[in-house]
Amino acid sequence: MIEVGTILPTKVFYLDRGLLKAYADASGDQNPIHQSEEFALSVGLPNVIAHGMLTMALVGKFITDWAGGSANVKEFSARFIKPVIVPAGEKIDLTVTATVVEIDGAKIKLDCAATSAGVKVLGMAKAVIIQ
Amino acid sequence: MINPDSVGRTFDSADLVTVTQSEIDAFAVVIGETDTRVAPPTFSIRITLSQFESILTQPEIGVDWQRLVHGDQKFEIYRPVIAGDIFKCSATIETLRSVAGNEIISVRSDLHNGSELVVSSWATLVVRG
Repeated sequence: MIEVGTILPTKVFYLDRGLLKAYADASGDQNPIHQSEEFALSVGLPNVIAHGMLTMALVGKFITDWAGGSANVKEFSARFIKPVIVPAGEKIDLTVTATVVEIDGAKIKLDCAATSAGVKVLGMAKAVIIQ
Repeated sequence: MINPDSVGRTFDSADLVTVTQSEIDAFAVVIGETDTRVAPPTFSIRITLSQFESILTQPEIGVDWQRLVHGDQKFEIYRPVIAGDIFKCSATIETLRSVAGNEIISVRSDLHNGSELVVSSWATLVVRG
């Protein structure tokens, strides 16, 4: 039974440099801050960071699975509040959950939560799906 | 400094963009999606982000893409994107403001297949001062 307040089961994704490279190729976003440690450091970042849109795409996958397919996702928004730092050779978690906040006929609104190493990385992450 | 006259202007892409199944498949595989009959919800960023880059880096607007950070993103998906969609992209610079030495640009993108509006998206882009 889905009702307002229902919390979706948490899912953990793992990000590594290989995934960042794959996302760069798939999305066309080849900004070197997502691939080159030397470049990232040169612009004042602590290390290579994941594309905000990669974290959003993974949260999108989480929503899609619950919604029963990509076709059921009608609105999706997020604010990129903290970068996900991805050092070489490491697998970094992206832990995702969501809460049902409104049900309006076939429309369900979700508030999503995405953290990495316990730190919130997306703010105001919201989705509207159709049942 | 970004040209303030650019606010409110809409830029239409010169070329139409055709979505291919292999592009959808490549995007889906990265996020572990196996059903590729329609594109994942954020797939259209592949089209809009490169369009924003080509518009905003024009000398008359003057954004330095290397100093740009993605602040937020919103999609409204009127119907799922599928292979074979042929999109005309229109991008509108909605607002421009300066906060603490950074320039903050809000841009909207509409993807039309013929006369059908398929996806609208909004991005806030921050040019670090």
